[in-house]
Amino acid sequence: MTEFVFYTLAIFAVVSAILCITQKSPVASALWLVSTMFALAGIYVLLNAQFIAAMQVLVYAGAVMVLFLFVIMLLNLSQEQSDIRRGLPVVVGVLVGAGFVSALLSLSGTSVAGLAARLAPGVPAGSPLDVLPGGQLQTAAAASNVVGAVAEPMFRTYLVPFEITSVLLLAAAVGAVVLAKRKL
Amino acid sequence: MLLGPSLVLSAILFGIGVIGAIVRRNAIVLFMCIELMLNAVNLSFVALANAHGFGGQVMVFFVMTVAAAEAAVGLAIILAIFRHTRSVDLKTMNLLQG
Repeated sequence: MTEFVFYTLAIFAVVSAILCITQKSPVASALWLVSTMFALAGIYVLLNAQFIAAMQVLVYAGAVMVLFLFVIMLLNLSQEQSDIRRGLPVVVGVLVGAGFVSALLSLSGTSVAGLAARLAPGVPAGSPLDVLPGGQLQTAAAASNVVGAVAEPMFRTYLVPFEITSVLLLAAAVGAVVLAKRKL
Repeated sequence: MLLGPSLVLSAILFGIGVIGAIVRRNAIVLFMCIELMLNAVNLSFVALANAHGFGGQVMVFFVMTVAAAEAAVGLAIILAIFRHTRSVDLKTMNLLQG
Protein backbone atom coordinates (compact mmCIF):
# COMPACT_ATOMS: atom_id res chain seq x y z
CA MET A 1 0.00 0.00 0.00
CA THR A 2 2.76 2.44 0.95
CA GLU A 3 4.63 1.61 -2.24
CA PHE A 4 1.50 2.12 -4.34
CA VAL A 5 0.96 5.59 -2.83
CA PHE A 6 4.66 6.39 -3.28
CA TYR A 7 4.71 5.47 -6.96
CA THR A 8 1.45 7.31 -7.62
CA LEU A 9 2.86 10.47 -6.03
CA ALA A 10 6.20 10.00 -7.80
CA ILE A 11 4.57 9.79 -11.24
CA PHE A 12 2.42 12.79 -10.32
CA ALA A 13 5.53 14.76 -9.33
CA VAL A 14 7.49 13.90 -12.48
CA VAL A 15 4.58 14.65 -14.84
CA SER A 16 3.92 17.96 -13.06
CA ALA A 17 7.61 18.88 -13.25
CA ILE A 18 7.74 18.14 -17.00
CA LEU A 19 4.59 20.21 -17.56
CA CYS A 20 6.13 22.98 -15.43
CA ILE A 21 9.11 23.38 -17.74
CA THR A 22 7.11 22.99 -20.97
CA GLN A 23 4.19 25.38 -20.33
CA LYS A 24 4.29 28.62 -22.30
CA SER A 25 2.64 30.79 -19.67
CA PRO A 26 4.66 31.50 -16.49
CA VAL A 27 1.49 31.32 -14.38
CA ALA A 28 0.77 27.79 -15.61
CA SER A 29 4.39 26.88 -14.90
CA ALA A 30 4.08 28.18 -11.35
CA LEU A 31 0.87 26.24 -10.74
CA TRP A 32 2.40 22.99 -12.03
CA LEU A 33 5.38 23.61 -9.75
CA VAL A 34 2.96 23.95 -6.82
CA SER A 35 1.49 20.59 -7.85
CA THR A 36 4.99 19.03 -7.83
CA MET A 37 5.59 20.43 -4.36
CA PHE A 38 2.34 18.97 -3.03
CA ALA A 39 3.27 15.55 -4.40
CA LEU A 40 6.68 15.85 -2.73
CA ALA A 41 4.97 16.78 0.56
CA GLY A 42 3.01 13.54 0.33
CA ILE A 43 6.23 11.61 -0.25
CA TYR A 44 7.79 13.30 2.79
CA VAL A 45 4.94 11.97 4.93
CA LEU A 46 5.63 8.46 3.61
CA LEU A 47 9.29 8.95 4.58
CA ASN A 48 8.36 9.78 8.22
CA ALA A 49 9.07 13.51 7.82
CA GLN A 50 5.68 14.96 8.74
CA PHE A 51 7.13 18.23 10.04
CA ILE A 52 9.04 18.79 6.80
CA ALA A 53 5.89 17.96 4.80
CA ALA A 54 3.97 20.67 6.67
CA MET A 55 6.86 23.10 6.12
CA GLN A 56 6.87 22.22 2.42
CA VAL A 57 3.20 23.09 2.02
CA LEU A 58 3.37 26.22 4.18
CA VAL A 59 6.68 27.74 3.11
CA TYR A 60 7.24 26.46 -0.43
CA ALA A 61 3.78 25.90 -1.89
CA GLY A 62 2.40 28.74 0.22
CA ALA A 63 4.83 31.59 0.69
CA VAL A 64 7.48 31.18 -2.02
CA MET A 65 5.08 30.33 -4.84
CA VAL A 66 2.72 33.17 -3.87
CA LEU A 67 5.74 35.48 -4.13
CA PHE A 68 6.41 34.10 -7.63
CA LEU A 69 2.80 34.60 -8.68
CA PHE A 70 2.79 38.12 -7.24
CA VAL A 71 5.83 39.07 -9.31
CA ILE A 72 4.45 37.44 -12.48
CA MET A 73 1.19 39.32 -12.16
CA LEU A 74 2.92 42.56 -11.09
CA LEU A 75 5.07 42.52 -14.22
CA ASN A 76 1.98 41.84 -16.38
CA LEU A 77 3.95 39.79 -18.89
CA SER A 78 2.15 39.59 -22.19
CA GLN A 79 3.77 36.65 -23.87
CA GLU A 80 2.26 35.65 -27.15
CA GLN A 81 5.32 33.81 -28.39
CA SER A 82 6.92 30.99 -26.46
CA ASP A 83 10.17 31.62 -24.60
CA ILE A 84 11.34 28.01 -24.92
CA ARG A 85 14.61 27.87 -26.85
CA ARG A 86 14.73 25.86 -30.07
CA GLY A 87 17.38 23.75 -31.77
CA LEU A 88 20.81 23.35 -30.22
CA PRO A 89 20.03 24.57 -26.67
CA VAL A 90 17.33 21.89 -26.34
CA VAL A 91 19.80 19.16 -27.33
CA VAL A 92 22.43 20.54 -24.96
CA GLY A 93 19.87 20.85 -22.17
CA VAL A 94 18.61 17.30 -22.54
CA LEU A 95 22.19 15.97 -22.73
CA VAL A 96 23.30 17.86 -19.60
CA GLY A 97 20.14 16.83 -17.75
CA ALA A 98 20.55 13.19 -18.73
CA GLY A 99 24.21 13.41 -17.70
CA PHE A 100 23.24 14.70 -14.26
CA VAL A 101 20.61 11.96 -13.85
CA SER A 102 22.99 9.18 -14.88
CA ALA A 103 25.74 10.56 -12.64
CA LEU A 104 23.34 10.57 -9.68
CA LEU A 105 21.98 7.12 -10.54
CA SER A 106 25.50 5.69 -10.78
CA LEU A 107 25.87 6.57 -7.09
CA SER A 108 23.02 4.23 -6.19
CA GLY A 109 25.41 1.30 -6.03
CA THR A 110 27.43 2.85 -3.21
CA SER A 111 26.19 2.55 0.35
CA VAL A 112 25.75 5.73 2.35
CA ALA A 113 28.01 4.50 5.14
CA GLY A 114 30.77 3.69 2.66
CA LEU A 115 30.41 7.08 0.99
CA ALA A 116 30.57 8.86 4.36
CA ALA A 117 33.66 6.87 5.34
CA ARG A 118 35.33 7.88 2.07
CA LEU A 119 34.37 11.57 2.13
CA ALA A 120 34.88 12.23 5.85
CA PRO A 121 37.14 9.49 7.21
CA GLY A 122 37.73 11.18 10.57
CA VAL A 123 34.09 11.19 11.73
CA PRO A 124 33.37 8.47 14.29
CA ALA A 125 30.08 6.61 14.20
CA GLY A 126 28.44 8.26 17.21
CA SER A 127 29.26 11.89 16.31
CA PRO A 128 26.65 14.65 15.88
CA LEU A 129 27.00 14.24 12.11
CA ASP A 130 25.36 10.84 12.50
CA VAL A 131 22.64 11.66 15.01
CA LEU A 132 20.64 8.45 14.86
CA PRO A 133 22.61 5.66 13.22
CA GLY A 134 20.73 2.95 11.44
CA GLY A 135 16.93 2.91 11.29
CA GLN A 136 16.03 4.05 14.83
CA LEU A 137 14.00 6.90 13.40
CA GLN A 138 10.53 5.49 13.95
CA THR A 139 11.23 4.56 17.57
CA ALA A 140 12.70 8.00 18.27
CA ALA A 141 9.74 9.70 16.59
CA ALA A 142 7.35 7.56 18.63
CA ALA A 143 9.17 8.30 21.90
CA SER A 144 8.98 12.08 21.59
CA ASN A 145 6.41 13.41 19.14
CA VAL A 146 7.25 14.18 15.51
CA VAL A 147 8.21 17.85 15.96
CA GLY A 148 10.11 17.17 19.17
CA ALA A 149 12.29 14.60 17.43
CA VAL A 150 13.32 17.20 14.81
CA ALA A 151 13.70 19.96 17.41
CA GLU A 152 16.21 17.91 19.40
CA PRO A 153 19.07 18.07 16.84
CA MET A 154 17.96 21.48 15.54
CA PHE A 155 18.28 23.24 18.89
CA ARG A 156 21.24 21.28 20.23
CA THR A 157 23.66 20.18 17.51
CA TYR A 158 22.65 22.79 14.94
CA LEU A 159 21.83 25.71 17.26
CA VAL A 160 24.45 28.13 15.86
CA PRO A 161 23.48 27.56 12.18
CA PHE A 162 19.85 28.01 13.21
CA GLU A 163 20.60 31.41 14.74
CA ILE A 164 22.72 32.45 11.74
CA THR A 165 19.69 31.64 9.56
CA SER A 166 17.79 34.49 11.22
CA VAL A 167 20.55 36.93 10.23
CA LEU A 168 20.36 35.59 6.66
CA LEU A 169 16.59 36.15 6.54
CA LEU A 170 16.97 39.69 7.87
CA ALA A 171 19.63 40.46 5.25
CA ALA A 172 17.43 38.99 2.50
CA ALA A 173 14.39 41.00 3.60
CA VAL A 174 16.36 44.27 3.72
CA GLY A 175 18.08 43.45 0.42
CA ALA A 176 14.81 42.69 -1.34
CA VAL A 177 13.32 46.01 -0.22
CA VAL A 178 16.42 47.95 -1.27
CA LEU A 179 16.51 46.28 -4.70
CA ALA A 180 12.83 46.55 -5.47
CA LYS A 181 12.27 50.11 -4.30
CA ARG A 182 12.28 52.80 -6.97
CA LYS A 183 13.81 55.56 -4.87
CA LEU A 184 15.30 55.18 -1.41
CA MET B 1 12.21 0.66 2.32
CA LEU B 2 11.69 3.58 -0.03
CA LEU B 3 15.29 4.88 0.03
CA GLY B 4 16.30 3.66 -3.44
CA PRO B 5 13.16 4.77 -5.30
CA SER B 6 13.26 8.14 -3.51
CA LEU B 7 16.84 8.78 -4.61
CA VAL B 8 15.96 7.81 -8.20
CA LEU B 9 12.97 10.18 -8.14
CA SER B 10 15.22 12.89 -6.72
CA ALA B 11 17.72 12.39 -9.55
CA ILE B 12 14.95 12.55 -12.19
CA LEU B 13 13.46 15.74 -10.73
CA PHE B 14 16.91 17.32 -10.56
CA GLY B 15 17.50 16.43 -14.22
CA ILE B 16 14.17 17.97 -15.24
CA GLY B 17 15.16 21.12 -13.33
CA VAL B 18 18.51 21.29 -15.14
CA ILE B 19 16.85 20.84 -18.55
CA GLY B 20 14.34 23.57 -17.73
CA ALA B 21 17.04 25.98 -16.54
CA ILE B 22 18.94 25.54 -19.83
CA VAL B 23 15.97 25.51 -22.20
CA ARG B 24 13.78 28.33 -20.87
CA ARG B 25 14.55 32.00 -21.54
CA ASN B 26 12.07 33.54 -19.11
CA ALA B 27 13.99 34.61 -15.99
CA ILE B 28 11.07 33.83 -13.66
CA VAL B 29 10.65 30.31 -15.07
CA LEU B 30 14.42 29.87 -14.69
CA PHE B 31 13.99 30.66 -11.01
CA MET B 32 11.20 28.08 -10.77
CA CYS B 33 13.54 25.48 -12.27
CA ILE B 34 16.11 26.32 -9.59
CA GLU B 35 13.40 25.81 -6.95
CA LEU B 36 12.63 22.45 -8.57
CA MET B 37 16.29 21.42 -8.24
CA LEU B 38 16.34 22.51 -4.59
CA ASN B 39 13.22 20.41 -4.00
CA ALA B 40 14.88 17.39 -5.57
CA VAL B 41 17.84 17.77 -3.23
CA ASN B 42 15.44 18.14 -0.28
CA LEU B 43 13.81 14.86 -1.27
CA SER B 44 17.13 13.02 -1.14
CA PHE B 45 17.90 14.63 2.25
CA VAL B 46 14.57 13.42 3.64
CA ALA B 47 15.00 9.94 2.18
CA LEU B 48 18.46 9.63 3.73
CA ALA B 49 17.17 11.06 7.03
CA ASN B 50 14.61 8.24 7.06
CA ALA B 51 17.46 5.71 7.01
CA HIS B 52 20.17 7.49 9.00
CA GLY B 53 18.71 9.96 11.51
CA PHE B 54 17.18 13.41 11.87
CA GLY B 55 20.20 15.44 10.74
CA GLY B 56 18.93 15.35 7.16
CA GLN B 57 15.57 16.81 8.13
CA VAL B 58 17.32 19.71 9.89
CA MET B 59 19.33 20.30 6.72
CA VAL B 60 16.09 20.44 4.69
CA PHE B 61 14.90 23.14 7.06
CA PHE B 62 18.03 25.20 6.31
CA VAL B 63 17.70 24.62 2.56
CA MET B 64 14.11 25.88 2.68
CA THR B 65 15.22 29.02 4.54
CA VAL B 66 17.97 29.74 2.03
CA ALA B 67 15.56 29.07 -0.86
CA ALA B 68 13.05 31.54 0.55
CA ALA B 69 15.76 34.20 0.97
CA GLU B 70 17.08 33.50 -2.52
CA ALA B 71 13.61 33.76 -4.07
CA ALA B 72 12.95 37.11 -2.35
CA VAL B 73 16.26 38.67 -3.44
CA GLY B 74 16.18 37.12 -6.91
CA LEU B 75 12.66 38.30 -7.67
CA ALA B 76 13.59 41.78 -6.47
CA ILE B 77 16.53 41.74 -8.92
CA ILE B 78 14.21 40.59 -11.73
CA LEU B 79 11.84 43.43 -10.83
CA ALA B 80 14.70 45.95 -11.00
CA ILE B 81 15.86 44.56 -14.37
CA PHE B 82 12.30 44.68 -15.72
CA ARG B 83 12.15 48.42 -14.97
CA HIS B 84 15.23 48.94 -17.16
CA THR B 85 14.58 46.63 -20.11
CA ARG B 86 10.74 46.19 -19.92
CA SER B 87 11.32 42.45 -20.34
CA VAL B 88 12.34 39.39 -18.34
CA ASP B 89 13.71 37.60 -21.39
CA LEU B 90 17.28 36.45 -20.79
CA LYS B 91 18.15 37.41 -24.40
CA THR B 92 17.82 41.08 -23.50
CA MET B 93 20.20 40.76 -20.54
CA ASN B 94 23.46 41.03 -22.49
CA LEU B 95 25.13 44.15 -21.07
CA LEU B 96 28.25 42.21 -20.09
CA GLN B 97 28.53 40.46 -23.46
CA GLY B 98 31.12 42.87 -24.86
